[in-house]
Formats: sequence, structure tokens, C-alpha cells
Amino acid sequence: MRSKSQMAKQLLHATVLPIGLLVVWELLTRSGIINPQILPAPSKVFLRWIAYAKPLVPYREAHLGFLAWIFSGELPLDLFATSYRVVVGFLIGAGLALPLGLFMGTIDGVYKLFNPLIQILRPIPPIAYIPLAILWFGLGNPPAFFLISLGVFFPVLMNTISGVRNVDSIYLRAAQNLGAGGLTMFVRVILPAATPQILTGLRVGIGVGFICVIVAEMIAVNNGLGFRILEAREFFWSDKIIAGMLTIGLLGLGIDTAMNRLNDYLLRWHRGLDSK
Amino acid sequence: MDSCLPETAGIAKDTLQVRISRVHKVFTTDTSEVVALKDINLEINSGEFICILGPSGCGKSTLLNAIAGFSLPSSGKLIANGKEVTCPGPDRAMVFQEYALFPWMTVAQNVAFGLEIKKLPKEQIASRVNALLDKFNLHEFRDRFPKDLSGGMKQRVAIARVLALDSPMMLMDEPFGALDALTRRTLQDELLRIWMEFKKTVIFVTHSIQESIYLADRVVVMTYRPGTVKSIVPVVMQHPRDINSPQFISLQKELTHMVMEEQMRYQEDEVILAAGD
Repeated sequence: MRSKSQMAKQLLHATVLPIGLLVVWELLTRSGIINPQILPAPSKVFLRWIAYAKPLVPYREAHLGFLAWIFSGELPLDLFATSYRVVVGFLIGAGLALPLGLFMGTIDGVYKLFNPLIQILRPIPPIAYIPLAILWFGLGNPPAFFLISLGVFFPVLMNTISGVRNVDSIYLRAAQNLGAGGLTMFVRVILPAATPQILTGLRVGIGVGFICVIVAEMIAVNNGLGFRILEAREFFWSDKIIAGMLTIGLLGLGIDTAMNRLNDYLLRWHRGLDSK
Repeated sequence: MDSCLPETAGIAKDTLQVRISRVHKVFTTDTSEVVALKDINLEINSGEFICILGPSGCGKSTLLNAIAGFSLPSSGKLIANGKEVTCPGPDRAMVFQEYALFPWMTVAQNVAFGLEIKKLPKEQIASRVNALLDKFNLHEFRDRFPKDLSGGMKQRVAIARVLALDSPMMLMDEPFGALDALTRRTLQDELLRIWMEFKKTVIFVTHSIQESIYLADRVVVMTYRPGTVKSIVPVVMQHPRDINSPQFISLQKELTHMVMEEQMRYQEDEVILAAGD
């Protein structure tokens, strides 16, 4: 068990650089060396962040329950909108890529059939699909879902295929020797053995999906975190831009943490994990 | 695929467990043809403990894989448990050198796997698994994953997994090769106890001369590529065998001489290959 002084030391060690930078930043903008329009002081950013997060209307005028009121500010609504799009896009993209990946990995005929098309489409970054997305789906959520699911699709697909194909043949032999037939082999051997790689694909996928949602919100949508920082730029609200960016970063961190928890739980048996 | 999942209860207790006649195995690549096995003839009786001994490249693993059904012969006949071998199956259960335990399953789940495939009722599976875990002193590890186990424990689980199948034959491909000498000796003794208790036919591949004499009723010495049966040496000694007894030592000398001849040919080949680079 670490002692309190040890923990304090570690905390100090970890925070000295960020806090130091904040102090330097604050001083530089206060003293006017840096134009506060270009880079507002951290104190201003913080205040703007609070304003961004606060409910827009006082409680007595809102006619909402307390919980609904607390989260009625602009930031919570943006956060919810962005998260919603990422999750839906992820479910669509992964929902298509996982089965296809499993089929392509297991059955060589399917792989040979789809692979050429995949290799042609894969190098096109999802961002390049934006004009097409707007043409096909208009504005609002549909083009966003399309772009995000596209971004999620390819990493999940490639990693799923790879995971299935790279199952160590010793497990297949052992299972055959023990009498496992086709379906048992797939469900109880191939699938679990491929899970580490499939999960990697999902983590990369949601990362790409997250990038896509921010871009999509800047172009095709009129709410959400991506839209908000674009709007802030149009109004020269540089403090809000930074506040928005920090929020985006926190959302990304949250997604990452959630995926890591899932990973750790599903892969308790994996040798790569620290055995605790 | 019916022939791959025979019910062991229906097989007549033939005295001949395995008959290998005129088996050849050739591996062809784009550039070359390797004759791994040439004209193997071997008969193994029910309940025998056979060791297949030889240096690297003598085809002993190839032969075992052929009996297991992973890699069928190019020509010749392989009959095991009264049926011609066409594919892998639980009647020729195998213990691999690399353990091959399923890492995503616990110890208990690994042992239960073969029984679940046979679709036995749950209570029966549970009691069989418990009995085997107790026998191998694995009970306190039943809910652990293979990554938490030592090599010796993993191999015990692998053997337990195979025993659960109640297969008449046990094929073992250098199962103790990766273990330290002390663990190896312990497991050898355990294996002998199991062999005597369950009266299995064991075909055990090894490159260790001492191990082969310690365990086997007969030692099949193989030549270096192409693999043929160089000699079949019977070992007529009571268990437990004393490695320091004169009989043991003289057998060891005899087998060492034979194996070293083949080992020389293997090393010559290595030099030729290296020179060709």
C-alpha cells in the first residue's frame, strides 16, 4: 500500500507540467504578450465552460423536473447529441462489419468474393465521402450516421477477418481431436480465440467513428460538439472553441475508458494482460 | 463424418489396437519432395505402451499425426480401433507438446469440453470432471485460466482432458519435452499409474532415450529421413524401473548407439543445408 506522502508525491509529479503550463499560459495572456483573441486565458476558458454547461433558463421559468433542468444547458445537449450519433454509427458499422468479417474469415469463397471490392473502397478516407453523404442523405443525422458507420466499418472488418484467420491451428487440431464439428468449432473455439483481435478492431473502429462524428457535425449537422466549436469560430468565441475542444477530449477519454473496461472483462484469460 | 466420431462402446476389443501397413508419407512443395515416412509397418497391441524414438527429422511426429488423422498417409493403410483412419476423432485422443489448452476456458471447462461435445448429461459431466480434477490434484485450480498455471499443471490438465474422453488410445507427442527434469519425472510416474489403472494403449513420441526405456513396453526406433522403422526393442522390466540398474543401462547403450547413427545423418544434412545458403 502506498503511503499518503508517496501518493502526494506521485500526484505532484503528474500534475506539475500541466499546472505549470496553465500558469504560464495565464500569465502570457494576462500580460498581453499573446493576443487574448487568438488564445484566451485559461481562466476565461473555464468561465466560458461553466456558462456553456449551465442550464439556459432559470429553474422557475423552465417548467422541467430538476434532473431535466440540470442537463438542459447547451453543453449537455451537445454532448448527448454527439454521443448518440457515435453510438448509433458504431452499432451500424460494427453490426455490418462483424458478421461479414466472420464469414469472410471462415469461408474462403466469401473472402475471395468480397475482398477486391473491400481493397478498392478501404483506402478512401470517410471524410472523402462527405459530399456523397450529403447528396444521398441530405443534412442532419442520416449523413452523420452514414459517415460514422463507414469510419467504423473497415477497421472492424479487417481486424475481424484477421482474428478469425489467425486462430492458432493447434487449437483447431485439439478441438478436432476432441470431436468438435463445424458449428461447435466455430462458436467455442474460433470465436473466442479471435476475440482479442476483434476487440482491437472495435476499439480502433470507435476511435475512427469519433473523428468522423466531429467532422460530420461541422459539415452536415447543426448541433453537437463539432458544430459548436465551428459556430464558436464564426462568432470569434475562441474561449468557447477551447472549452468545446476540451469537452470533446473528455468524451473521447470516456469512450476509451469504457472500451478498456470491456476489453479487460472479456479478455481476463488473455496472457497479454497483467495477471492481478 | 460418422467414421470420425465412433462410439467407443461399440468397438470390439480387438487385441490389435493399431495396424500400420506400408505407410508412406510424402510432402510436396513447389520446389521439392520430402519423403517423411517410407514403408512403415507396425502393429500395436491393445494396452501396450509404445515409445517412438528418434532424432529430429525422423518423422515420428508425422507418424503420430497420421494415426491421429491430422495428416493422412500418401499411401498404405492405417487402421486404428478397428476402423481405417480418415480424420481426427476422440477415439485417438492426443496430448500435444504445446499443451493446446484453450486459454479462454478455465481448467474445469477445458476438461469438460470433450464430454460436452459428446452431449452427456450435465450431472454426469460435472461428476466426471470433479473426479478427474481430484485425481490430478487440480481441484483448487478448477476455475483458473491456463495462463495462471505452470507447465507441469497445464500438461496435467491436458492429460485429464484426454482421459475424460475415455478413449482406448492415448497419443502423446513429446508431451514432457518443455518441462524441467523433476516435473518430467513426476509426470512420467503419474502417466504410468494412469496407464496401468485404465489399461489404455499409449503411443508416446520422444527423442529422449532414457524416457523411452523408462516408460515403454517396446521402443520403436526410427531412422532419419526418410523415416522407417530401424528397430523395435522390447523392454521387459517391472515398473517402477530403476534407471541405474544394469539392464536399464545396457538398453540405454544399445538405443543410444542406434539413435546416434541417425543423429549423425541428421547433422550431416544440416551442414549441407547450411552450406547451400
